[in-house]
Amino acid sequence: MVTTITSFGRSGLYDWMIQRATAVVLLVYTVFILFYLLTNSGLTYEQWKDLFSLTWVRVFTLMALLSLGAHAWIGLWSVSTDYIKPTGPRFLFQVICGAAMFSYLVWGVQVLWGL
Amino acid sequence: MLYAFDLSLDSQQGFNAVADMLSNSFFAKLVAWGLVSALLYHFFAGIKHLIMDCGYCEELESGTLIAKATLVAGVVSTLLAGIWIW
Repeated sequence: MVTTITSFGRSGLYDWMIQRATAVVLLVYTVFILFYLLTNSGLTYEQWKDLFSLTWVRVFTLMALLSLGAHAWIGLWSVSTDYIKPTGPRFLFQVICGAAMFSYLVWGVQVLWGL
Repeated sequence: MLYAFDLSLDSQQGFNAVADMLSNSFFAKLVAWGLVSALLYHFFAGIKHLIMDCGYCEELESGTLIAKATLVAGVVSTLLAGIWIW
């Protein structure tokens, strides 16, 4: 009987793989942003604006944001299924996490593409 | 953080406001330090996790060593982040 319906991919193995794939995206993005900020100490608005007007930076940033949402969902799902035993509070916690991640994603898209 | 990102790309004034907060407000620096430190520790712990997924450092001796290395990397990067921010 299927009892796991709130996990990201309905399969532990799939979640396991997604968690690692998104981790690598976030790893590379973190290195990229830290390197950029450390090598541009006197950052101006023009430089910053130009960076995020590049299509590949926008695509990379959106990829990182999507990865963050999935990574955080799988991570917090794991923590909540381990530590919040009663179904009600656990489900409420997961709903709040899901709503937060969805909001961050949509907000991020709006910032990136300035809709 | 997303709000600061939004504000910094919104306009020159917005960018200045974020830059001003990050260079003058102790509270903003503290929050930035907290966020960056948490990210960096998670970053190193994640790398350790991926290394162990590949089957390395799974023995007691090497496992203890890499766990200690992760903690050291976390502390050192937290200190460096603090120096960078202040």
